[in-house]
Amino acid sequence: MRRLLKLSLQKPELAAALLLLILIIVFQIKSNGVFIGIANMRGVLGLLPEMALVAVGVTLLMICGEFDLSVGSVFALMPMSFAVLMTMGWGFWPAMVAGLMVCALVGFLNGWLTIRFNIPSFITTLGMLYMARSMTVVISGGFPPRLKADEIPSWLFVSFVGPGNVFRASFLWFIAIAVLVSLLLAKTNFGNWVRATGGFLPAANAMGIPTARVKMACFMICSVLAGFAGMLQVLRLGSPLPSIGEGLELFAVAAAVIGGASLLGGIGSILGGIIGATLIRVIDNGMVLSQVDSNWFKFAVGALTILAVVGNSWLRKRGRAMKVET
Amino acid sequence: MVADQQPIISVRNLHKWYSGVHALKGVSLDFRRNEAVGLVGDNGAGKSTLISILAGLHPKDEGEILVDGNPVEITNPRDAMNLGIETIYQYNSMVPNMSIARNMFIGREPLKLSVMGFGLLDEARMRAESVAAIANVDLHLRSPDALVGELSGGQRQGVAIARAMHFKSKVMILDEPTNHLSVKETTKVIGFVKSLRAQNVTGIFISHNMHHVFACCDRIVAMALGKVVLDKPIAETSIEEVNEVL
Repeated sequence: MRRLLKLSLQKPELAAALLLLILIIVFQIKSNGVFIGIANMRGVLGLLPEMALVAVGVTLLMICGEFDLSVGSVFALMPMSFAVLMTMGWGFWPAMVAGLMVCALVGFLNGWLTIRFNIPSFITTLGMLYMARSMTVVISGGFPPRLKADEIPSWLFVSFVGPGNVFRASFLWFIAIAVLVSLLLAKTNFGNWVRATGGFLPAANAMGIPTARVKMACFMICSVLAGFAGMLQVLRLGSPLPSIGEGLELFAVAAAVIGGASLLGGIGSILGGIIGATLIRVIDNGMVLSQVDSNWFKFAVGALTILAVVGNSWLRKRGRAMKVET
Repeated sequence: MVADQQPIISVRNLHKWYSGVHALKGVSLDFRRNEAVGLVGDNGAGKSTLISILAGLHPKDEGEILVDGNPVEITNPRDAMNLGIETIYQYNSMVPNMSIARNMFIGREPLKLSVMGFGLLDEARMRAESVAAIANVDLHLRSPDALVGELSGGQRQGVAIARAMHFKSKVMILDEPTNHLSVKETTKVIGFVKSLRAQNVTGIFISHNMHHVFACCDRIVAMALGKVVLDKPIAETSIEEVNEVL
């Protein structure tokens, strides 16, 4: 029993999960019961996949011990490349695959530059943030191309589905991808390598793990997920604006950190990142419903980030201090 | 009997430079089967360099390595492990935020299903085998799910040793395993090195502490300034003599 309590206290996502629960209760009361209603859930869950998918990738990469600040730009670059290709006459699927390949290439470059020249990924991906954003504007030619609605299987990505039309198809994609990445991290040997690489690089190297390749793979997964999320947003909005996703990289980092990921690597969980992203969505939506001035949104996210990290380290210390015979 | 005479590892004329520093200057050494060799020397004598080359952490610049008489190339830690050379490092062989069971199998995870080397971990087997492996080295840990970061230095060293033994190593390199250990834990490690012979394992024990080395090894190799300066069976030398050549 004590062992169980100790293990759960040390779960990185615990603080965020508690905060989420509290906020949901608070907003439910403040909004006179509107918050957990079908109509509002449609809004919350409809937008959630876009940021949460980015958070999933960023969390995975942070557990591997690296950063990606370019996700916000990749979020815009992927749908832009895909839309431009479609206006050039490409079909939806080839254009989508090509767009995701562009993301994979950006991720590959992020990883390769970081590892080959041994520079902090903070710097590499900061550079990539500007480069990818600039490319997005350049290939758009200044005017966002129009999406050909009739060629896009939007039922597969953004249409409302499910009982009571509570969520969009994008939510199912998100769940499927989140489960897949969680399993990858928790249940496969690759996941073990990711954790070891981020947890203590010299040990991972000494045990013969191909750490450079593991990191590159995480960079690529992170970029591809960001691009896919950007595509979901563009399909929902119906137009590929070159400015989407600005500032998203920091929200994604905040989500990962709120969910218990450590900036130093090795600690965190995909579920934590998702809870973090959900918290941010819930605050955004709940504040509007409770008629709080929406300019407080970023303040709340900031405060929450700090609170979650402080809470987490406190809970972990509590857990660690519990005497259970090993 | 000829096979027994054949050294399990031989290095011939090994050289290593670290950007301008000539760290190994033509080292030639034989490690015989079932022998415990104490490798001693001051900081910068080249013993760590020699070990890193054998463990696959650093590539050699010149020279030859033979395992069982066959020339081999050790380009990464995986090659060394596949040749049956396991290394226990002073600090860097465990990930503190991971459980004992996971640490035991880093890079060599048993899989239930796999495609091209990737697949689902066989966690039940990882747990069961780590419990057994740890019990085999006379260490008693109740849960294989405890984080390595919560163990004492000695327990951690014990897990590292259990890991090396579990993978049936032929040669075990222990790099300063007694540093930062309590007296009791040190005695345990020394006892372990002594027991290697009975388990058909060659031990290479690196230490600063002559008393530890003399307590458990059959042979002493002393290095200084990148060269081997002394190589004698324990019975034919003394702490004083070794100290003199260092």
